[in-house]
Amino acid sequence: MNESDFLKVVLPFKDKVFRLAKRLLVSKDEAEDATQELLLKLWKNKDKITSYRNTEAFAMTMTKNYCYDRLKSKQAGNLTLIHGNYKEKETSLDKKLEYIDSVDRVHLLIDNLPDQQKIIIQLRDVEQYNFKEICEMVNMKPTAVRVSLSRARKTIREQLTKQHSYGVNQD
Amino acid sequence: MELTKIERLLVKYKNAETTLKEEDILRMYFTSNKVAPHLKEYQLIFNYFKSNNDETYTKKIKLNNKIKKRNWLMVAASITLLLSTYSGLTMINQYNQKKQAAENLAQITNVLKLVSTNLKKGNQALKKLHVYEDSVYKIFKKIK
Repeated sequence: MNESDFLKVVLPFKDKVFRLAKRLLVSKDEAEDATQELLLKLWKNKDKITSYRNTEAFAMTMTKNYCYDRLKSKQAGNLTLIHGNYKEKETSLDKKLEYIDSVDRVHLLIDNLPDQQKIIIQLRDVEQYNFKEICEMVNMKPTAVRVSLSRARKTIREQLTKQHSYGVNQD
Repeated sequence: MELTKIERLLVKYKNAETTLKEEDILRMYFTSNKVAPHLKEYQLIFNYFKSNNDETYTKKIKLNNKIKKRNWLMVAASITLLLSTYSGLTMINQYNQKKQAAENLAQITNVLKLVSTNLKKGNQALKKLHVYEDSVYKIFKKIK
């Protein structure tokens, strides 16, 4: 397997790796480093790639594990998101700003979820993997994945409704 | 799209029982502009998922052999650094030696100048002595 063959295999899912890494590591720089590191790991094991049943699922699992390691080792100097100012913007008339702000709110809500739920909601609702693939990636039983996903979706929705109705009351 | 169907799908969605196809239907509905007001929060959620999916890894992918090249470059750089410091050191040494020599020369000339002035003084003293001697000689001549 030469370089261009490898890139052909890797390119379709490199963005997914990056997004999952960013979901877990928060900072963009960290996520980029993680992606680069991961692709390099895959490249080093390129001879085995063909023997993997599903390279993409394997890459996602590796990403997950790599990010966990990074988080554990505390080497990762995460950027903390500052979000104390959205109440002011809520009363603003600029609808577009409100929209951007709200989208950010969803981001923050996902950010506050437990890591496992974060990963599963990322894999399902952003990347649209099927349950079989997700089970393989996170090494969990289908029911456990569903429970986790359902909890994540419910939490996000509840929190958002709370904040949203608060905003509506102010109007 | 009828609202009841969407609402039914949302219940399934919250329980994580929707299929990908059903989620596609939800995604289509909530990213459109005709969303029922009481479902606004889902609009936010699905719009977020969509916008998140647009984020891409833009950096160049660096693979092993390029890093090897970089290693090679690092070796070359360290060698040049070593050589340059070595040659630099020898040059500094030479410079220092030259400086030292010049200082020594200056010192010696100073000393020699001092000696010569002292010698001059001595000479003058001797001249005076000669004058004395001459006069003494003259006197002795007259006496004789």
